[in-house]
Amino acid sequence: MTAFRDALHAEWTKLRTVAGTAWLLLAAVVLTAGLSAVSAAAVSCDGPQCGEDPAKVGLLGVTVGQALVAVLAVLAVGEEYGTGMIRVTFAAMPRRELVLGAKAVVVAGLTAAAGVLAVLGSVVCALVLLPGNGFTAANGYGPHLITAATARAAFGSVLYLVLVALLAMGVTALVRDSAIAVGAVLGLLYLFPIVAAVISDPDWHRHAQQMSPMQAGLTVQATVDVAGQPLSPWQGVGVLALWAFGALGVGGVVMRLRDV
Amino acid sequence: MADVLTRPAAAPSRDGFGHLVHAEWTKLRTVRGWMIGLLAAVFLTVGIGMLGPAGSQSRCDNVDGARGGAAHATGTCAASTPPKRADGREVVDEEAFVHRTLSGDGSITARLTAFTGRYDPTGGGPATGGGTTGLADGLQPWSKAGVLVKDGTAAGSTYAAVLATGDHGVRMQYDYTGDLAGRLGPVSAAAPRWLRLTRAGDTLTGYESADGTTWTRIGSATLRHLPHDVEVGVFATSPEFSVIRNSFGGSATNTGPTVATGAFDHIAVAGQSTAAGSGADGWTVPRTGTADSGPGGANGPLGQVGASATGADAFTVTGSGDIAPANPDEGAGKSLESALAGTFAGLIAVIVVAALTMTSEYRRGLIRTSLAASPRRGRLLAAKAVVLGSAAFVAGLVAAAAAIPVVTALEHSKGLYVFHASTEAVIRLVVGTAALMAVAAVLALAVGTILRRGAAAVAAVIVIIVLPYILAVASVLPGTAADWLTRLTPAAAFAVQQTITAWPQVKAVHTPASGYYPLSPWLGLAVLALYAAVAYALAHRLLARRDA
Repeated sequence: MTAFRDALHAEWTKLRTVAGTAWLLLAAVVLTAGLSAVSAAAVSCDGPQCGEDPAKVGLLGVTVGQALVAVLAVLAVGEEYGTGMIRVTFAAMPRRELVLGAKAVVVAGLTAAAGVLAVLGSVVCALVLLPGNGFTAANGYGPHLITAATARAAFGSVLYLVLVALLAMGVTALVRDSAIAVGAVLGLLYLFPIVAAVISDPDWHRHAQQMSPMQAGLTVQATVDVAGQPLSPWQGVGVLALWAFGALGVGGVVMRLRDV
Repeated sequence: MADVLTRPAAAPSRDGFGHLVHAEWTKLRTVRGWMIGLLAAVFLTVGIGMLGPAGSQSRCDNVDGARGGAAHATGTCAASTPPKRADGREVVDEEAFVHRTLSGDGSITARLTAFTGRYDPTGGGPATGGGTTGLADGLQPWSKAGVLVKDGTAAGSTYAAVLATGDHGVRMQYDYTGDLAGRLGPVSAAAPRWLRLTRAGDTLTGYESADGTTWTRIGSATLRHLPHDVEVGVFATSPEFSVIRNSFGGSATNTGPTVATGAFDHIAVAGQSTAAGSGADGWTVPRTGTADSGPGGANGPLGQVGASATGADAFTVTGSGDIAPANPDEGAGKSLESALAGTFAGLIAVIVVAALTMTSEYRRGLIRTSLAASPRRGRLLAAKAVVLGSAAFVAGLVAAAAAIPVVTALEHSKGLYVFHASTEAVIRLVVGTAALMAVAAVLALAVGTILRRGAAAVAAVIVIIVLPYILAVASVLPGTAADWLTRLTPAAAFAVQQTITAWPQVKAVHTPASGYYPLSPWLGLAVLALYAAVAYALAHRLLARRDA
């Protein structure tokens, strides 16, 4: 246990003292809240049947925030391979799974902190802008936009960002190169929505959405027509968690078996 | 001093741009990962394009009865082939047409005194027993009734028509794609429309009038290869009713058949006209109630389709369908560009390779050697841009040229109908995709030079090109927001892959999600090129000013 605490301390020091970390986290918060604010200002509800989902509109920024979070997670693992630092790390800490585990905990903690700020910023923007755009009680949105469902959407969005970071770390442990890992992770996230859009068979369309780490994970943001989604909100988070821990597990095993 | 003056002749050429390009090409060629990356771009583009048809089936059960009836009768679900115009373009050609034969030159005149329509606002659900109950009164924006000159009654034959529409006033339309505007305003008994079409050789001229004495010319059209004998008469038709709710994360469509009824009198044919049919006075009249039993059946709206004589020179015509160009939409075939749905995945591979060729020089310190060998730093960047741009262009060319035949063959084998595109459009599709990859590669190279970090550069370029594309195309955003994204962001370049035309005379959803981009193909590519040019200029400046 002390070994893991030491690993945690080492990883926290490494990540804390790299200049990029703070900038990436700041960018994640600003861009997430910014895109959310733009979408909350742009989307309006024109009647009781408009069917717009205030949570999805107000939390759209997560789609860009996830890219920055993924970069942070990729760099936490990939830069050590790029600079050769990983050999020193493994020499000091021969139990490699502990290294990956400690990195995962530190990155997850930082992502969660940034995610809370990003989501709070988005929520504030949405609460200010959406009622003026027709998201009112008259159009069926209840007296206040904060409900159990929208709170779940906000909390789930933070969880989504953390899981995307873990997925990115697992992929990086596999490919060992930052740039390729970023391409692979963003490709993986953005691949399924496009594939789902071109598949016309309804069953396969649904399956593609269910398998997609991004689309399944973001069902946690659904507050309107929840039954019509391919997955329930928490099932969707479960699919993303399978991807994340699956990638992390495979990455950890490969890291152990490989010669650096 | 003498040494300087007698510098060997080879020295200038060693510093020459050609050598620099050759050096950069050698660097690209000999790193295995970069060649694998470019190959991956080709395979990803083709492979992901194949996933689309692999997960699709042509479905007959949701095609409306009038079109899907034949497929049901034979029990097979073969590709439903839409009628085609002479040049191969797919069209819709369904109307109720009261006609007779006109030999040689002449004209047809008719007065439209009433124009009404009915539609089923609940969509094409099963018919309720009570006749036409549940139908609402109202015309569709492009419901049509008027006079028609047509090369026979076969679907897809050429025509010219002067017609009144639901919302767009009197128009002259010809050969499916031609559309000229006339006077606006609704038709009623108090404000009837006189409509006239004259034929002189291959030239058809349309006129309209409020009183039958003062005529206004709308325009004229040339219909090539129009035979000596044509069918002339009055017609009515009405396209499907559809209400599309485009909301965040998806759209819901509510469609149903509609009918339009035009009441004509003072129908007069000038010229040598022969009685072609057995109906009143030699007119061929479509009989009421003989339409295919589609949604609504004989009791539904389509049961009313037909025409009846209401006087010596008067007919009331009720029609359903459209005379218009057809476009692929859900369940009715694929556009050719659907074969290139994998472009964005290939693009990610190209972006990774292009950014890495610069950032890995920084990582390994090779940049200092490169700059020492080529002190004029701008030329190093230019040489890299030329090599990467060309390599990405070739990769894009191969990918698109392979994806189109492979994916369309797969679509055909799945019984999907692939829409016609002109040779010119196919060439633009292939060359445009290659250019898209090339310009994106230069953008990634420039961003890599600016940021000097591979992961950051790759993420930045993917976020500005691919993320807006996903948000716009995977129908996450409402239509207007998606339009703006594909106007302002580098994702506008995907417009170069559009072969379908957003016809103004057909009501449809024209959003990026349904394949219609707000910018023209080359203008869209120019938006990406502008981003690349700005990034390149900044990279050039930073590379010259910064320590390596």
